[in-house]
Amino acid sequence: MKARHKRFLLIAVALGLLAAATALVLNAFRDNLVFFHTPSEVAEGKAPQGRPFRVGGMVLPGSLERDADGLTVRFIISDTAQIVPVVYRGALPDLFKETKGAVAQGSLGADGVFVATEVLAKHDENYMPPEAQDAIDRAHNTAKTLQ
Amino acid sequence: MNLFRLSSPQTFYPFAGRLVPVFAMLAALCCAAGLALGLAMAPTDAIQGEVYRIIFIHVPAAWMSMFIYLVMAFWAAVGLGLGTRLSFYMMRALAPTGALFCFIALWTGALWGKPTWGTYWAWDARMTSQLLLQFLYFGFMALTAAIEDPRRGDKAGAILALVGAVNVPVIYFSVQWWNTLHQGASVKPGQSSMATLMLAGMLVMAFAAWFYSLAVSWARARRIILERERHTDWAHAEIARSGSGEGGRR
Repeated sequence: MKARHKRFLLIAVALGLLAAATALVLNAFRDNLVFFHTPSEVAEGKAPQGRPFRVGGMVLPGSLERDADGLTVRFIISDTAQIVPVVYRGALPDLFKETKGAVAQGSLGADGVFVATEVLAKHDENYMPPEAQDAIDRAHNTAKTLQ
Repeated sequence: MNLFRLSSPQTFYPFAGRLVPVFAMLAALCCAAGLALGLAMAPTDAIQGEVYRIIFIHVPAAWMSMFIYLVMAFWAAVGLGLGTRLSFYMMRALAPTGALFCFIALWTGALWGKPTWGTYWAWDARMTSQLLLQFLYFGFMALTAAIEDPRRGDKAGAILALVGAVNVPVIYFSVQWWNTLHQGASVKPGQSSMATLMLAGMLVMAFAAWFYSLAVSWARARRIILERERHTDWAHAEIARSGSGEGGRR
């Protein structure tokens, strides 16, 4: 084996070990690396107890309500399997909408209602012009009426 | 032409000198075409409105910042394995451009995040690992500049470049591995979830970023070659020639 082959082998082995070590560390800290917990995880008690955390998912259609004071909003975050009711006092981001993704930070009350201190809208990876979005919505509604 | 001859700094120097203006022209053309496509011709996004147009800068910059780090790691491995000086020069020449693109990606992301998410910054896995990439670039530049013996600086920088490369797949796959605020990839090999004109604008801007990076890093590599090879006859002559040339006629 030539000296330079040895050096390349050494570099490859070192990088391989480093990658493996990184993978193990990231795997061990997986629960701490998530930005938010899903409603299913909250239902299973996997979300942190006794300290603030974030819950994320889709804003359930028809669940957004405003209280009479005009500031407090209530909505339900769903991951299609479980739901978390959220109450929040403050301004919502412009892109916050029913059927779209949202992440709320706060803590779970004893009554099962999540009291949020901050609400962020989560955008998906789809980029399309309004006409295309209209076409999709129409197709969706037609499919619904046919059912 | 034998490509291995280009690994000699003396051969690469004039070769790069001829190609840098070509790359710069191509970068300017792609940038003009990409901006026309992105800002004038691409449709408005249904949900985000006009603010989505940041992607024509943000996405190419973010791609480039990750790709340049991998290329640096490649040159680091070649340099450490073969002991070729030019590999280290290329590695050093790429760092400032990678750092610039990383900086652009972080800032444009923050400016986009405020109107869409409702916050400039969140400590999610994608953003945190991208910030780590920024620190790796700055760390690389500081480390190589701080070591006085340039050849030792090369080796130390190369090791940092190789070790830091582990972060790049973490950035790329972070949106798949963990729940993040940052959305998943819109463009993956073989598929895209974007309107055609939007995608075209973004890809043309990505080519602009490629050509810009080639032009700037090769021009920087030429400076590094002259500085590091100044003890050789040809570099000495070249410095004398270009020094007098800048004073008047060429």
